[in-house]
Amino acid sequence: MPINYYIFLSIALFTIGIVGVLTRRNAIIIFMCIELMLNAVNVLLVAFSKMHHVAAYALDASTTVGTEAQLFVFFIMVVAAAEVTVGLAIIVMLYRNIHSVDINFLNRLKH
Amino acid sequence: MFTAFDNFPALLIWLPLIGGLLSFLLKKEGMARIVSMASSLLSVVVVVASMIYAKPEHALLNQVSYAWLHGLGSSFSFLLDELTKTLCLLTAIVFPIVLLVVKKNQYKNEHIFFGLLMLTQCGLMGVFMAADALVFYFFWELALIPVYFLSSIWGGEKRIKATFKFFIYTFIGSLLLLIGILYMYLQTEDQSFSIVSFYRLQLTAQQQFGLFFLFFSAFAIKMPIVPFHTWQPEAYEQAPTPVTMVLSGVMVKMGVFGVIRWLLPLFPLAVKEFNGPIILLISVGMIYASLIAIKQDSLKRLIAYSSIAHIGLMAAGVFALKDIAMQGVILQMFNHGINIVALWVVADMIEKQTGVCKISELGGIATKAPVLSVFFVVAAMANIALPLTNAFVGEFMIFNGLFNYNPWIAALAGISIILSAIYTLNMIKNVLYGSTNSVTEGFTDASTTQIIVFSILVSFILTIGIYPEPLLNVIKTASSIPLFPFK
Amino acid sequence: MNKFVFLIPVLPLVGFLINGLGRNILSRALVSIVGCGTLIASFLLSLLVFREAAAPGFVPMVINYFDFIHAGGLDIKFSFQVDQLSSLFLLIITGIGSLIHIYSSSYMHEETVPHFARYFAYLNLFIFSMLMLILGANFVIMFIGWEGVGLCSYLLIGYWFKNNDYNNAAKKAFVMNRIGDLGFLLAIFWMLSQFGTVSYLELFPQVSSASLYTITCITLLLFVGAMGKSAQIPLYTWLPDAMAGPTPVSALIHAATMVTAGIYMIARSNVMYSMAPHTQDVITIIGMATALLAATIALKQNDIKKVLAYSTVSQLGLMFVALGVGAYTAGVFHVMTHAFFKALLFLGAGSVIHAMHHEQDLTKMGGLRKYLPITHITFLIGTLAISGIPPFAGFFSKDEILTAALQKNPIYYVLGVVTSLMTAFYMFRLYFLTFSGTFRGTDHQAKHLHESPVAMTMPLIVLALLSIVGGFVGVPSVFAENAHLLSNFLNPVLGSVHSTSHEVVHLSHSTELMLMGVLVFLILIMIFFASRKFASYQPSEKEESTISKFLANKWYVDELYEALIIKPIGHVASFFNKVVDTKVIDGFVNGVGKSVQYSARQLRLLQSGQVGSYVLIMVISLILLFIFQFFWKH
Repeated sequence: MPINYYIFLSIALFTIGIVGVLTRRNAIIIFMCIELMLNAVNVLLVAFSKMHHVAAYALDASTTVGTEAQLFVFFIMVVAAAEVTVGLAIIVMLYRNIHSVDINFLNRLKH
Repeated sequence: MFTAFDNFPALLIWLPLIGGLLSFLLKKEGMARIVSMASSLLSVVVVVASMIYAKPEHALLNQVSYAWLHGLGSSFSFLLDELTKTLCLLTAIVFPIVLLVVKKNQYKNEHIFFGLLMLTQCGLMGVFMAADALVFYFFWELALIPVYFLSSIWGGEKRIKATFKFFIYTFIGSLLLLIGILYMYLQTEDQSFSIVSFYRLQLTAQQQFGLFFLFFSAFAIKMPIVPFHTWQPEAYEQAPTPVTMVLSGVMVKMGVFGVIRWLLPLFPLAVKEFNGPIILLISVGMIYASLIAIKQDSLKRLIAYSSIAHIGLMAAGVFALKDIAMQGVILQMFNHGINIVALWVVADMIEKQTGVCKISELGGIATKAPVLSVFFVVAAMANIALPLTNAFVGEFMIFNGLFNYNPWIAALAGISIILSAIYTLNMIKNVLYGSTNSVTEGFTDASTTQIIVFSILVSFILTIGIYPEPLLNVIKTASSIPLFPFK
Repeated sequence: MNKFVFLIPVLPLVGFLINGLGRNILSRALVSIVGCGTLIASFLLSLLVFREAAAPGFVPMVINYFDFIHAGGLDIKFSFQVDQLSSLFLLIITGIGSLIHIYSSSYMHEETVPHFARYFAYLNLFIFSMLMLILGANFVIMFIGWEGVGLCSYLLIGYWFKNNDYNNAAKKAFVMNRIGDLGFLLAIFWMLSQFGTVSYLELFPQVSSASLYTITCITLLLFVGAMGKSAQIPLYTWLPDAMAGPTPVSALIHAATMVTAGIYMIARSNVMYSMAPHTQDVITIIGMATALLAATIALKQNDIKKVLAYSTVSQLGLMFVALGVGAYTAGVFHVMTHAFFKALLFLGAGSVIHAMHHEQDLTKMGGLRKYLPITHITFLIGTLAISGIPPFAGFFSKDEILTAALQKNPIYYVLGVVTSLMTAFYMFRLYFLTFSGTFRGTDHQAKHLHESPVAMTMPLIVLALLSIVGGFVGVPSVFAENAHLLSNFLNPVLGSVHSTSHEVVHLSHSTELMLMGVLVFLILIMIFFASRKFASYQPSEKEESTISKFLANKWYVDELYEALIIKPIGHVASFFNKVVDTKVIDGFVNGVGKSVQYSARQLRLLQSGQVGSYVLIMVISLILLFIFQFFWKH
């Protein structure tokens, strides 16, 4: 499959994520949108990794070029998992405090 | 480690620093006072010893250098020369006097109070002795910050506003100074902050003009000269008296000192270009400040404006670029420190007893407190530079230099002599003379401690006024280095 | 002898220290003994010095004590110079000073002991400063004394410091002196920069090398100093106000010694003045104007001390005329005789005031001849002396001045004669109002009228004797050739002065005698008028004429100064204080702070607190950044 398809998919996912973050007020949805953006990046990373690796493999069977990107993907997934834990905890605390997960109520720093 | 303490500059830095840090730790009532008194008295001994034993040729006794920010080309180095000795002597003398004056005062958290006071002393000594631009800047700020806390914690009613203004004002000056120092540093060949490398630097006239104003604004604000002076009356009025004494007695000399030590040798082309307008500005400023002093009703503000006029004379003397004026300025820095502390001692006594420092509300104190009055009159006469008081010698030399620079400027600046007589005598008349009123009815005369303080100050005033030769001998050579580029 | 010259000023200084520090311990008698004793001792020393200076073959000597200011090309020594001029002034100051100290010990007896001691301490400090002024061998030491006497004058005028009018008078005296002192100081700097020295012996020989402009400026500036100290137009108004001090102080400081310091200074620098004809003209004109102005004011004053004060100003003016026309000896001669009779008059007035319980108004006196016989006789002698009746002291000195003025310019002579006539008139007016007629005071005062004690009358008698015989040291050549002892004595110092007066009109002895006779006759007529008008004076309700009101109000000079100088300066100072300093400068400084605060308040509104908006701004910024970078590259 040409690499372009992956890029378009990734851009589509990322844009959905951004639009979601910008337009939605529900903290959980925003949270999900952030995850979506992260995964859009993951898709792109894996796609490029594969592309580079295949190209290098054709020249030298023992090469590891392109595999590092996949390591990054794991990092991102770990970080995302950590983020989810902390983020969800915050949202739970938020809900307990103001009985809502609407971010428009989160403007107390203003005062 | 012991070798670090075996010369005079090192001792003068470490003594107040250790004294100050020790004071911070000693929370027991009265201990901090004793420690700071002891360390400041030791400083006096050290300075006097340095004047006697450390002749200019004894380099090892007069210089010290610790490795500091080696990679940056800065070392923690100090130099004690004739100019510095005079100012260190003043710094060393003022602090024990201040501590004597506040002997009976109670302060909340006094260990912090005295600790900060000693840190100020350390900062002042550092400023005067620094032989490295970065160290100079470091101590310039170190002297400022404790004063900020002292004033904003223990000051008068409007202390927050006054000290904030004071801090921001001087801080702007300091930052401009820092920019100037960094620029100079980048120009040096060996990438060094040391004063020697700075002196060696050959800058173009264009560079000098810019740098001159960066440095000069810092010093002008510190002195202060009109129109950079408005922080001063408020700060003097609101700061606790011991701090005011330190501020006016020693700290404002940092500005004059900065001009002598850094500005003149570094930017001779710019100085030659601008000294005329600056002297004119200062002379007009002196008259301006004196006129305002006439109209002041607050004893403290009056002394503050009087100080602006007197410091102005010193600044004008420096820019006259004459040997005689320069030596006069160095002498006068010392004298002014003594005289203004003397005036503050009186102002403090009066305010403490009556609770007011409005001149119009006082009166008749001479009847109640003859000793205080005699002292006040002597201090006031020294303030207006009557012959046989210390200020006469200094101002005579300064005016002489100014006259050689330009007779008209000397005459213009001389008008402030007349005006100083007016406001000083007004002050004496309204505070001491006349009949007593409800405010001054229960006034009591000076206590033994205060009489000791008076005697110390008066002996300085008269000794230097009658026989200035010993002190003049010390500063005789001090004018040659700053004026070298102009010869 | 030069070993103990330093004791002459130091002894009064010791007296000052003892009385000043021991004011609470010493007894009244001890204070007097210390105060008078130290001064009498230095008077005796001065006599020795004078004897030496009068001996033939005496050369002026300079005694160096230590380096006062030795720095940066400046070398000013603390040194004294003893020569004919200074030894003469030494005698006048310590001699009259001693008499007045003795007088004071009785006059001030009402004061409590600490204040009594304070008084004597000030008085001794004054003598010390005055002696520094006289003895100094250079202008800086003279200036030390110069400002020192100003300080003592300030302290003594404001001696009764509870009275704020007195304090204001003291302040006025000090400030006006300071104006003069600035001129003196500038002259010193000018001399230093021109000649490199201010020592008399080194300076004067160099003077001839300087340009006329330089010399004129230096001498004019020095004269500004003299104007302040010796109360000449325009700086004379402090002297009448200075009468607020105790009367012996007025006698000592404001009549006999301090105010003559300006004359001493000019006589001392006669070499320079003789080279500056323009300055001499200025001095003559100002001196003459002062003499006339003060004499007219004195005609209408009713305060006994004020009359004497204006009379002093007037006489000082005459002395300056003498200096201006180059007759330095005559000036110094008049200083001496004036010191005798003016001290006598002031002390006599003090005796009257003492008897009258501090009443100074002439209209409330009268007929005191009966009650105060000694005071009356001595006062009369003083009045005759000041009026210029031969053979009293004033006649000789005043005549010498007038002769010198005539030789220079007849107008000066005529004006001088007019001044002398007015002097005679107002002095006899004073005398008649005080001593003849009937007593016009209250019954209470009348009951307590009494002659003063010996300590007060003794100085009066001594001074009266001096006023009688004092003139004979300067007998003019009309009467006897080469009998002018004073002139011969002062010749080494003041001798070289006749160089510039090339247009001198030499008078024949007969003309001189005739002029003298006419003058004395006119003076006698004035005295006759005065006696007609005031010998049996009774206060009347008659409306005063405009001119006499104008004179009684001292030509409104104080009001003029108030309106032209003091008020405007006050307004300018207020303007600076209230507008420039607080509104403009501080306003700018605070304005910077306020504008920072204001902009911070406005910018703060951008912080909506909405997470969404932050993210939106972030995204937009990122996109802009990308676009920017994209186009930047290409």
